Amino acid sequence: MDSDEMLPRLSGIILEEQTELTLADVCRACAVHAEYIIELVEEGVLVPVGREPVSWRFTGVHMHRATVSLRLQRDLGINLAGVALVLQLLDEVEALRARINALEAE
Amino acid sequence: MEFKDYYKIMGVARDATQDEIKRAYRLLARKYHPDVSKEPGAEARFKEVGEANEVLKDPEKRAAYDKLGANWKAGQDFRPPPDWNSGFEFSGGGFTGGDAAQFSDFFESLYGRDFGAARGSASFQAKGEDHHARVLVDLEDAYIGAIRTVSLHVPEVDAQGRVAMRERKLNVSIPRGIRAGQHIRLVGQGAPGLGQGKSGDLYLEIEFRPHPFYRVEQHDVYLDLPVSPWEAALGAAMNVPTPGGIVEIKIPAGAAAGSKLRLKGRGIPSSTPGDFYAVLKIALPPAGDEAANVVYRNMAAQFQSFNPRSKLGV
Repeated sequence: MDSDEMLPRLSGIILEEQTELTLADVCRACAVHAEYIIELVEEGVLVPVGREPVSWRFTGVHMHRATVSLRLQRDLGINLAGVALVLQLLDEVEALRARINALEAE
Repeated sequence: MEFKDYYKIMGVARDATQDEIKRAYRLLARKYHPDVSKEPGAEARFKEVGEANEVLKDPEKRAAYDKLGANWKAGQDFRPPPDWNSGFEFSGGGFTGGDAAQFSDFFESLYGRDFGAARGSASFQAKGEDHHARVLVDLEDAYIGAIRTVSLHVPEVDAQGRVAMRERKLNVSIPRGIRAGQHIRLVGQGAPGLGQGKSGDLYLEIEFRPHPFYRVEQHDVYLDLPVSPWEAALGAAMNVPTPGGIVEIKIPAGAAAGSKLRLKGRGIPSSTPGDFYAVLKIALPPAGDEAANVVYRNMAAQFQSFNPRSKLGV
């Protein structure tokens, strides 16, 4: 896992700290139409800062959630409300897993 | 080339109805979807199921597959009969360019060439697939940043059209202040796009390697700090390790086991850095020899009225 001198170094961005993305940025990154992102916001899957679509600001986490939503819809044939439920339950599972890990470490 | 038993992969009988196939696919897709499943090998299984579904859900492709006969066993060396697909016309429903790259050479040998020819003439393009991987880093890396070599296994088609898993190594800088559960996005490091399409992105999920003595909660780092009974009773100054280096801390006189000493801002760095907590544990010196026993007996005499279990009501 340590560094290999022969390879070029790549730097990425931390999704969670990437903020201030516009609707256009998210659409471009996910290769979808704005309508799709607007639907995700209306369903409550994404909660951007700002009131109007033009002033919406997303984070890197929103972008990641949007791509996961796309894949779930495409691969599992679930509708948007189903996707919203799946993501919410996945968040809960993730939080519970973290809790178990913390308890087991003690 | 290995024969693939699509019915076995889907867990359905050879005479299953289209509805049964659809149901089986949905069940397996939910179980192995890489965004949902944490099972090892889920992604490979999901792709296999997707390929089987691609054939069985399409009555034309399924009929052609059935024509190969029921005597083939999974894994058996397979070569398609020369005229196996005569009399069938594939409409290509659902067989998208983006998914095609992931199917096995078995699939390609049966259905691939016709589609390849059709696709070649059109100027088809699609963004490559995003890849996901987990990276284990040390807690210390979050304090100073680090370069880590990440190994990924990617399927690749060679000059003979065979699919082989290739190991791909990347040097990735782990930025200072990274926390477990965060994702690093490397633009253009996923699967290559088709045609003029851009490459997908690579997402790395960060996980901390369990540390022998530090615990991490969000930005904060905890250490169980053993102290002797006299250090706790009288107070003391001592060296304490932190992931950022050794620091000296002072313990106040009369400190109790379990009390937390906070070192502000010495947790995981960020614009609002976390804190470092030393949680006191009282460590007893070994007893057993006569000199030590004398000291413990003296203590018992000195603290006759001390009942450590007073809160338990006994």
